[in-house]
Amino acid sequence: MMKSLSKLTAGLFAGLFALGLSSPVVADALSGAMPKQGLNLTAITMFVIFVAATLGITYWASSRTKTRSDFYSAGGGITGVQNGLAIAGDYMSAASFLGISALVFTSGFDGLIYSIGFLVGWPIMLFLMAERLRNLGKYTFADVAAYRLEQKPIRTLAAFGSLATVLLYLIAQMVGAGQLIEVLFGLSYSTAVILVGVLMILYVTFGGMLATTWVQIIKAVLLLFGASAMAFMVLAHFHFNVAEMFSSAVSVHSKGAAIMAPGTLVKDPFSAVSLGLALMFGTAGLPHILMRFFTVKDARQARKSVFVATGFIGYFYILTFIIGFGAIVLVGTNPAFLAADGSLLGGKNMAAVHLAHATGGDLFFGFISAVAFATILAVVSGLALAGATAVGHDLYANVLRKGKASEKEEIRVSKLASLVLGILAIILGIAFEKQNVAYMVGLAFAIAASTNFPIIILSIYWKKLTTTGAVLGGMLGLMTAVGLVILSPVVWVNLLGYATPVFPYEYPALISMPLAFIGAIIGSLIDKSKSGAAEREAFAEQEVRSEIGADVLEAPAKH
Amino acid sequence: MSLPAPAITRNPQYMRLVHVRRRLSFVLSLIMLVAYVSFILLIAFKPALLGTPIAVGSPITVGIPMGLGLILLAFVITGIYVRLSNTLFDPLTDQAREAVRQALKSKK
Repeated sequence: MMKSLSKLTAGLFAGLFALGLSSPVVADALSGAMPKQGLNLTAITMFVIFVAATLGITYWASSRTKTRSDFYSAGGGITGVQNGLAIAGDYMSAASFLGISALVFTSGFDGLIYSIGFLVGWPIMLFLMAERLRNLGKYTFADVAAYRLEQKPIRTLAAFGSLATVLLYLIAQMVGAGQLIEVLFGLSYSTAVILVGVLMILYVTFGGMLATTWVQIIKAVLLLFGASAMAFMVLAHFHFNVAEMFSSAVSVHSKGAAIMAPGTLVKDPFSAVSLGLALMFGTAGLPHILMRFFTVKDARQARKSVFVATGFIGYFYILTFIIGFGAIVLVGTNPAFLAADGSLLGGKNMAAVHLAHATGGDLFFGFISAVAFATILAVVSGLALAGATAVGHDLYANVLRKGKASEKEEIRVSKLASLVLGILAIILGIAFEKQNVAYMVGLAFAIAASTNFPIIILSIYWKKLTTTGAVLGGMLGLMTAVGLVILSPVVWVNLLGYATPVFPYEYPALISMPLAFIGAIIGSLIDKSKSGAAEREAFAEQEVRSEIGADVLEAPAKH
Repeated sequence: MSLPAPAITRNPQYMRLVHVRRRLSFVLSLIMLVAYVSFILLIAFKPALLGTPIAVGSPITVGIPMGLGLILLAFVITGIYVRLSNTLFDPLTDQAREAVRQALKSKK
């Protein structure tokens, strides 16, 4: 395995350099026919260093990834602080770095609304879920949901909830990656997508959770460092006076003082509350995030991870706010960064990257470009691992083989699944190049909030939940969320071309999440089956384990 | 050879731990939820209020400290929970685990 890994690594580097040096991209940039940068050598050098370092880690991790527990959860050997950083790494995607600073750049205050929504799920996750998840689960949240319920239907449902979330998120990241790398590095769109897909497959299949975790940690540190430096330079420009920063921004922005108040992001009360719910509870249902709680030793470390993650994520969102306002003044008024029509070169998501150029010159621009690339890689790796685990552990080992698969077989299926997911992500990434994928992350959060979250929370806290109820509620939530998004303006009108949407709002969570809970509650209450009664009976034991540790009921060691 | 779980749920140390911790989790979740939903409802129904300057002539509007305050609140209440867990719940958990262990032993 290691031999093939180093061979692949060598091949990859050869490929990377060949692409860089002989592709027609240079010619395009010189002729100015494409709206992308010339080959960005500083960025490519820094990115190659990042890739070399992470592949080195993958090589190291592959020798330590032997068992199922190593592959899915790094053997539970990650510390609370490391895991907190890795969670922050998982969560601070390129979409939140570039997207939120771009939102601040175009609409000011609206960017803050978005980032707050992404943050407030974390305290809830800590208070209600983190420690209990760690006490009850091993590798996936389905372990927790299926603890006292019937394995087959619950794990199938959880795996579908996971895969739907992972795939939607993955496509959105891949398309974003292709477009971003095309602009930043001068590589072609499909080259970029393939490169991301191949590296992701390498990290996950060879290095499992250990490599994925360290890729996240390194990227989180780089991103936090880069964003801090940029925010510091912005503040220094305004003599560390935020009032000066805001008044300069207001005076140069085309929307004027409107950027200091809520704008067009949230159009009506329904959308406001619905988006809020999806962001808040969706976080607590994202499979790649939930999986991270199983990489630490115990509930205490799980708790510490959330505290560390919340701190870094909150700090990061404050930085993106400063970066967005800095860009309004330093990028928005500089003709070097603007196209003839006054729009931002390379698209509106480039605000933060141009700001890096404006504040730190070529070197810093190269660094931030490389960090953005690294960010995408790290996030897709986390997603692919979560998807592969849902296939290998939940669908194959527990549903198909009813828990009788050997450890070796299960790992092999999981690795195969990560390979298939990687290839699928490349194909879909290329297929969706020209499509609007903005609704996909929103839909992923809506599904997480309306399927995964209700099942987990009810199975932990509500004694009367039975398999029938969980399946009914989960299916109802999943179908409503998907159905309403299809009927909403973003898909029905923008994608399918109908004149008027059937469902007038963009965000379905306000309907689909309560429906999931109602379905699960009604389904459980009318369930008079014997197995249902046994599941309620088993709640006491599950509760004791979830509160004070799973090991406590086992017979003590004889001494 | 294990103790039936319902017996443990009647153990006084266990009951105290679960009761106090559940109440804290519930109260803190409620604080976060109420603060966030109020903010969202202000955005939906009173956006102009959030756009009012905090002082005459200041470019900073009411929404800015409110938004940053929410980020700070999220961090502070997670900190409170972790602190209370370390000082209060962890010892209680250890006691409850010890009580269960003793009960298991005596049953043997």
